[in-house]
Amino acid sequence: MSDTHANTVSYVRDSMLPEQEPPLKERGAMKWLRENLFSGWLNTALTLLSIFVIWFIIIEVGPWLMNTVWNAGSLRECREILDGTSGACFAVIKDRWHQLMFGFYPQDMYWRPVLAFVLMLVAVAPILFAELPRKMLYFSGLFPFIGYHLLWGGSIWLPIAALMGFVAGYIAFRLLDRMSSLISTLGAVAAALVWWFVLAAPFNAVLSSALPVGLPFVRSDAFGGFLVSLVIGVSGISLSLPLGILLALGRQSEMIFVKTVCVVFIEFIRGVPLITLLFTASLLLNYFLPPGTSFDLILRVIIMVTLFATAYMAEVIRGGLAALPKGQYEAADALGLDYWKAQRLIIMPQALKISIPGIVNTFIGLFKDTTLVVFIGLLDPIGLSNAIRADTNWNGIYWELFIFIGALFFIFCFSMSRYSQYLERKLKTDHR
Amino acid sequence: MKKTVLYGTLAASALLAGAAGAQTLEAVQSNGELSCGVSTGLAGFSAPDANGVWQGFDVAVCRAVAAAVLGDPMAVSFVSTTGQTRFSALASGEIDMLSRNTTWTLSRDVDLGNTFAGINYYDGQGFMVNRELGVGSAMELSGATVCIQTGTTTELNLADFFRVNGMEYEPVPIETNAEAQQQYLAGACDVYTTDASGLAATRASFPEPGNHAILPEIISKEPLGPAVRQGDDQWADIVRWTLNALIAAEELGVTSANIEELAAGTDNPEINRLLGSEGDLGGMLGLDSDWAVRAISAAGNYGEIFASTIGEQTPIGLARGLNAQWTQGGLLYAPPFR
Repeated sequence: MSDTHANTVSYVRDSMLPEQEPPLKERGAMKWLRENLFSGWLNTALTLLSIFVIWFIIIEVGPWLMNTVWNAGSLRECREILDGTSGACFAVIKDRWHQLMFGFYPQDMYWRPVLAFVLMLVAVAPILFAELPRKMLYFSGLFPFIGYHLLWGGSIWLPIAALMGFVAGYIAFRLLDRMSSLISTLGAVAAALVWWFVLAAPFNAVLSSALPVGLPFVRSDAFGGFLVSLVIGVSGISLSLPLGILLALGRQSEMIFVKTVCVVFIEFIRGVPLITLLFTASLLLNYFLPPGTSFDLILRVIIMVTLFATAYMAEVIRGGLAALPKGQYEAADALGLDYWKAQRLIIMPQALKISIPGIVNTFIGLFKDTTLVVFIGLLDPIGLSNAIRADTNWNGIYWELFIFIGALFFIFCFSMSRYSQYLERKLKTDHR
Repeated sequence: MKKTVLYGTLAASALLAGAAGAQTLEAVQSNGELSCGVSTGLAGFSAPDANGVWQGFDVAVCRAVAAAVLGDPMAVSFVSTTGQTRFSALASGEIDMLSRNTTWTLSRDVDLGNTFAGINYYDGQGFMVNRELGVGSAMELSGATVCIQTGTTTELNLADFFRVNGMEYEPVPIETNAEAQQQYLAGACDVYTTDASGLAATRASFPEPGNHAILPEIISKEPLGPAVRQGDDQWADIVRWTLNALIAAEELGVTSANIEELAAGTDNPEINRLLGSEGDLGGMLGLDSDWAVRAISAAGNYGEIFASTIGEQTPIGLARGLNAQWTQGGLLYAPPFR
């Protein structure tokens, strides 16, 4: 008899063999490569093609980027330093980055737009992230006035007078709240309008002469570069969402007048290219206004861009509203909620959740569309790249400017996109 | 009845607009600032430098007017205008004058309601080719591919020129000068055509400017000059005579270097009248007698402005050519200061 178990009964193994490594093809990097890159002849071909493209880009662009000149006063100097070799001349960014960011904003006041930008991040944080204390929302409400004063300056009483209009409206709303929601809303609007159109101007004039405090005034034509893009983009984005919600509700409304106004507005705006609206803002309004009134160009553009984005936003949100089952509306009615409460507590949270990808899509589109203002002579980053190129020092430089501008736009748009993905994951919009 | 009211309102608003238009000088003086429309960026003519200060040939005209009217050449707010927005900005009163390489044509003068105050640069459309093609004249361009900006008068001039001379060409439409430079350098077209001053500026930006030739033929007239709103003759006169003062100063040998000395009085009565030590020409314009001294001191006389912004010593390197004084065989001819 043998001592080894293996041979006691020839067809039974009664001891475990040690675990073996999986074959080379089925583990580690090889497995990943096989499964992800070479899983079939088509994928293999595509992988090889992609590798070739990446390799080609690196070979073509890599040396150009590596051979960058950072210190030069003009394109000619760059070319002298490069001495015939191929290389990027990012010296233009070093020389002009402040113009691409701030336009002609006075250099000793750059802290103002920077501070406004930081405060804007603080103001949007509680809106974007529910974990933050709700009290921060008060600051978000105040930010438009703080931001305006930081950017434009002038008398501090102007934004305060504007803010008081909202306060007046709120007080009227509270006082009339017991009567009915319709009267209190109308009363609030009327109080705010009376304040703005009748009382605000003397209030502002008296206090401005009595207590002239505030930052030095900076005119709109000093604004340029990303400052213009951000001012237009952020105002457009933050105004278009609430207005879009109202329009979408108006379009769903059973009141024929409200519905008609909303439908006509949406269809008119959507039927007209943005560039037409911008030309209207810059050219036609001048003819309609009395001579001598200069209605700020950036303000005109913000209004037009907002109207444009609002119409698209309304349709995106209408899509979300349409996706809700009718039972949700009926359930809200059954609970005895009035219209606004039903919208606020039941309809909108669900409809907006469904619409997130569309809303963010509109936001990103709006932000990128701000570059169209170059056609009406506002110096946004693209406009400034033309102006910089018109300087004899930098005439003939293209890629470096466009790479810089593109990178900055990418940062903003990509972070918006990432945020929307985070929000979708958090709200589990796909009901998985 | 309703129509009458409408017409009445229109007429009243036109009157108001006219009345407002006649006060440009007062408006500028009360604002303490001249609002001047310039191009969004054209090498040598108008561009902001690294400090955001506008520089260039067209800009210098604005500065001279500001110096004459307000006494401060820096008291100008520059409004960048595009080809589409320039005339409406002027008509609506957003800008007080337009100094933006604008060609003086009949329809722009008459139909659009502008008044051209003169010509500060005589331009014309030209052609640039790569020297490797061995082309020496525009007459040899038959069958060439031509980069051409769409929607401009240059496009029409090009078609006319080739038709008149019985030649064929293939247009490569492009949108901006920047795009044209890239297309031309990449070899997408054999020829690039635009105003000769633009060609020179473009060529100066190339890595190897010597490899490209600007052909001798100029196929169009492009007289560029500052414009103001129609209906305010006093203001038009001020801009016109400021420009004339710059031109006359060069002819009379008045420069920014010797102007203080000459302003004290000279043996030449024309210089004396120009600089205000004799007669009261400034008063006739509604300005003081030193107006021309200030305008010329701002950036020098016409020749000095030309030399420092677009002349042969600059990267753009334009020769005076047609823009020389009439005594030097050019077209610059300022009417007498009398």
